[in-house]
Amino acid sequence: MNDKDRVVFRTATVEDRVDAIQAALDAKGLKASEAVEELRHKAQEEWIPKNGARIVARAWVDPQFRKRLLANGREGAIEMGFTMPKHHRHLVVLENTPKVQNVICCTLCSCTAFTLIGLPPDWYKDLQYRSRVVRESRTVLKEMGLELASDVEVRVWDTTADTRYMVLPERPARTQGWTEEQLAAIVTRDSLIGVARL
Amino acid sequence: MDGIHDLGGKQGYGPVRYTLDATAFHSPWEVRVNAMYAHAVRSGIFNMDEYRHAIERMDPRHYLTASYYERSLTSLATLLVEKGVITREELERRANGTFPLSSPSAPGRGNSMPRERFKPGERVRVKLDFVPGHIRLPGYIRGKIGTVVGESPAYPFPDAHAHGVPAEDEPTYDVRFHAEDLWPHGCDPALVHVGVFQSYLERAD
Repeated sequence: MNDKDRVVFRTATVEDRVDAIQAALDAKGLKASEAVEELRHKAQEEWIPKNGARIVARAWVDPQFRKRLLANGREGAIEMGFTMPKHHRHLVVLENTPKVQNVICCTLCSCTAFTLIGLPPDWYKDLQYRSRVVRESRTVLKEMGLELASDVEVRVWDTTADTRYMVLPERPARTQGWTEEQLAAIVTRDSLIGVARL
Repeated sequence: MDGIHDLGGKQGYGPVRYTLDATAFHSPWEVRVNAMYAHAVRSGIFNMDEYRHAIERMDPRHYLTASYYERSLTSLATLLVEKGVITREELERRANGTFPLSSPSAPGRGNSMPRERFKPGERVRVKLDFVPGHIRLPGYIRGKIGTVVGESPAYPFPDAHAHGVPAEDEPTYDVRFHAEDLWPHGCDPALVHVGVFQSYLERAD
């Protein structure tokens, strides 16, 4: 057989595969490129952890709001002007206390309340976190820099359905008298996931 | 399906690669994939359960080596081909190479009949369901007993919704398990909560 008759199958690079889909959808009038521009903005500018941080700060300063938020997280988020996708019909806000640390994960894929805490960080989607955090929670948290006293109860929440979860971290004692804006500035994404305390 | 995606409690994956201020995206193409799959869902080309199931149907060897957004890309392409929006030939011609897609789907199923309503505090057992299609039941709670701590509004039933099978929406229950009941003598003590569809549960007492 001549070399020129050989058929060589090469897997397309991932970038070429993405380009192929985008071009094919555009060619069929399905407006992929327009959607990319619109959703790029949403994913990077609108769906950010600052949203969750503002919800937490409000809950810290307004006991009535905190009560409503814990009773119905979705309505609490909407009350503050944030949106959740239609299929996120329920948001459960998980209250940390000195003796309780909540932590969220998704072992089956990588679901999160992304409009409130941002699209999940890389490690949240990695096989390591997904496989281990339900079974070795305390060990995993310690590896990630959160060492909990032995009398703190760890509560893991696996996002297997379309209910979404967000951790309400404890307000640090040093923040007495701070404004809501100052408080929102210290709430990190990782504290909303539950792998860090403030 | 008992697929490679069902990672909860699996061992051997090593330390979490944790960095402070870790980002969601690492390359511009990842942002584009994320936008295109969301656009396809929004446009009604496929739903979230079909999307998740098409990831689960990836060849396990591909799943383990692909990044998160390559899995997303593979699901998007698979569903666009299966739905007749694009042909595989067109994709491979445009991509100038082969385009790995997920394996074909097995049949789905409807809701369990009858189903029970549960109240917070009630003890439930997770049924021993083994199905070839989509299911949102992590293997680590199969057959285990836990306590209901919350109920959600009704959602589409994933085992049906991923396969175009008609079914009623049903609630999910947040069920609390003791890690020690899930992995006796092989775990850190903790309370592990899972959102479990009503069809997967039966009364334990």
